[in-house]
Amino acid sequence: MGQQVVNGLFLGSIYALFALGYTLVFGVLDILNLAHATVFMLASFVALTLVGRFHLHILVAMPLAVVFAGVLGLVLERVAFRPLRARADSNISGLISSLAMATVFEAIALEIWGPNISRFPFGTVPETQLDLFGAVVSRLQLTIVAVALLLFLVLTWLVKATRLGREVRAVAESPRAARILGVDVNRAIAAAFFISSALGGAAGVLFGLAFNSISPDMGRSVELKGLAVIILGGMGSMPGAVLAGFALGLTEVFVTAYLGASWRDAVSFAGLFLILVLRPRGLFGAAALREA
Amino acid sequence: MSPLLSLTGVERAFGGVRAVDGAGFAVAPGQVHGLIGPNGAGKTTVINLISGLLAPTAGSIQLGDRPIHGLPPWQVAALGVARTFQNIRLFPDLSARDNVLVGQHLRRSPSLAARMLMLPSARVEEREARERAAALLTRVGLSERVHEHARHLSYGEQRRVEIARALASTPRLLLLDEPTAGMNPVEVQAVAQLIRRVAAEGQSVLLVEHNVRLVMDVCDTITVLCFGKVIAEGAPRTVAEDPAVIAAYLGNPK
Amino acid sequence: MWDQLADLYATYQSTIAFIGINSLLALSVYTTLSCGQLALGNAGFSAIGAYAAALLTMQAHWPFPLAILAAVLVPAAVAVPLGLPVLRIRGIFLAIATIGFGEVVRLGLVNWDYVNGAQGIVAIPQKTELWMIYLAVAAALFVLARLRGSKWGFALEAIREDEPAARTMGIATTRYKLAMLVLGAALAGLAGGFEAHFTFMVAPNGFGFGRVVDMLVFAVVGGSQIYWGPVVGAAFLTLLPEILRDVAPLVGIEPGPLRLMVNGLVLLAVILFLPNGMVSLPRRIAEWRAARVAARSAA
Repeated sequence: MGQQVVNGLFLGSIYALFALGYTLVFGVLDILNLAHATVFMLASFVALTLVGRFHLHILVAMPLAVVFAGVLGLVLERVAFRPLRARADSNISGLISSLAMATVFEAIALEIWGPNISRFPFGTVPETQLDLFGAVVSRLQLTIVAVALLLFLVLTWLVKATRLGREVRAVAESPRAARILGVDVNRAIAAAFFISSALGGAAGVLFGLAFNSISPDMGRSVELKGLAVIILGGMGSMPGAVLAGFALGLTEVFVTAYLGASWRDAVSFAGLFLILVLRPRGLFGAAALREA
Repeated sequence: MSPLLSLTGVERAFGGVRAVDGAGFAVAPGQVHGLIGPNGAGKTTVINLISGLLAPTAGSIQLGDRPIHGLPPWQVAALGVARTFQNIRLFPDLSARDNVLVGQHLRRSPSLAARMLMLPSARVEEREARERAAALLTRVGLSERVHEHARHLSYGEQRRVEIARALASTPRLLLLDEPTAGMNPVEVQAVAQLIRRVAAEGQSVLLVEHNVRLVMDVCDTITVLCFGKVIAEGAPRTVAEDPAVIAAYLGNPK
Repeated sequence: MWDQLADLYATYQSTIAFIGINSLLALSVYTTLSCGQLALGNAGFSAIGAYAAALLTMQAHWPFPLAILAAVLVPAAVAVPLGLPVLRIRGIFLAIATIGFGEVVRLGLVNWDYVNGAQGIVAIPQKTELWMIYLAVAAALFVLARLRGSKWGFALEAIREDEPAARTMGIATTRYKLAMLVLGAALAGLAGGFEAHFTFMVAPNGFGFGRVVDMLVFAVVGGSQIYWGPVVGAAFLTLLPEILRDVAPLVGIEPGPLRLMVNGLVLLAVILFLPNGMVSLPRRIAEWRAARVAARSAA
């Protein structure tokens, strides 16, 4: 059973990383960025190409892919979200706009890398395994959990201790008040998108390494699970996203072990549905309305 | 005569803040009752509580002898309460006339079958509804602007459409939340006359206003709210001379 | 000449059928959009209708018209207990909850051995004819047209523009939203029933999140402010891949990615520049021309 816990934590850390990006943008802009999963996917492909075609070491390729993802986030913000900010129905039109970008990104991936599954070349990551309290853990899994934890800490530091973090939080609470106080709202939002997409990209690279299966539609299932995670954790709550991500990872592993793989996803979505009906704000979400 | 509207010990808290703190007053049928007070006194919250957009955290609100606190807004409306909004909430993409048509919702009972089958009875019902809406707009002096989209109307015109829309359901109680804000003196006079005519026809009006002149002219009784509490009540003259009221508005003279 | 028309018909029958089916699906999303609700469970409703109809014709040997009736009524019935709790949820959460519902339906079908799980049902009798689909589209458009400008149509618009204000006017908003959800479910189920008996197979993965996204895109691109907008969007976006298939080799891009790319760019262009959809294009052009004339005469 310890083995399940280990697997669950490992899977959960990837979900948490992905969900953090989602929830960051929702917390700031009240918008669901449906292109997040395609950024996740593209970062994975970029890392793959850097390693496979340009023979970079994975430790170099990953940060590059993450930065690339962040830049994609900036593009998304500039092209798909900023023009719509003034509109009254900006969250629905933002959703649709992000959907459009997701479609474009997926098309690009399909054209460049084709629809089939690609894999990292053999030897990208060491295959060694360790014995940890009776469970078998691969070095890769440990690294992934470590990287994820590191990124959580970096993010927490960014949000709590830096001026940029304070500005983003101010904008999240009230863009109008923030502007009056001299915050460059556009810059803060762009920064939020950069960070959000970078996190999603990191999740993508780690996911690609973990399961060694990269394809243009790899984001799809994670996208919906990511939704379940941020709903459970509470939209806009970062600690909520992390906790809920781990919770989902553990749940999936245990459901697969005891009920079978085919029930795994059904349980996640049924859970999502129930939470929305019974407690829409999730574990830590704020129920309050946002100011204009 | 028993009151049409009565509030008893009504409280509404938001987190730790008591926006309305043990307020109580009554409005008789056919009367114009003013609700005044400095900014932040809780006047709009009281209107929201009566119309059902909020529920009180304590106390009771009754329409006639029927408790209405905690009822959803559409049920309160069905019992004969209509309102306007402090920050004007017309339907921006509908014309002035269509806004008033929506207000008639409770007073129309067309047959869905007749509408689907395109029967003449449906057309007759719709024509009558449109004529009633146009008549209401004439009543507020907007017969020229019937087909304008609400978003193209001036501020004062929008306020008048909102009043017409509220009157469209022939309510027993009309809640007006700062209906003359932003209006010029001529428009204010027109609204004052309208309010008096509405009351003369037996409908009651609860008027939240900052325009003291208007309130003195039009109201039969006034309740003064400050920090969510009632600090004075009575006829306009009495209230105007009440030292507590003067202090609330102007601050305590040192 | 008639021979050529018959040839054209045979070649494009499938496209024409799908324009109709996609129109029904686009309209099914429009019903809730028209009162301001983004409800995205219609892939689930379509699946329920498709499977119900297929099972009834194949296992219970029901005549096709009755099976289609079931394809309409079963999803509509499901929409009621779904809608009552879910329609109280605001905005984006409603969208997510309904997406969750759609996924639960799909996964339920994947895990149900009686219907062959992920492989789905094949060899469904081909009973759908074009006139049936288009009769349904015409009927749906008629009902929506009659609603518009009626007491109920105004109530729906009021709910869309300002739901709390609408409630203070005596409009029982939950009932109206539920009615639109049920109507949408019925339309989606109908489309599913027709599709099952046209393509003679159904599988759960044909009713996933991507499908309901398509429906939303049809409605938005065509124009979600008026009842016939979604049909325009469905027709345009169903025809587009056919045209692109011929264009792709000329541009040197694979048809699959090209179709996806064009879909994405069209959607982006619409939401940024033509938010009221393609149906608003004539009006926008007229406004732009009028502005140009005014600017020129002012100079």
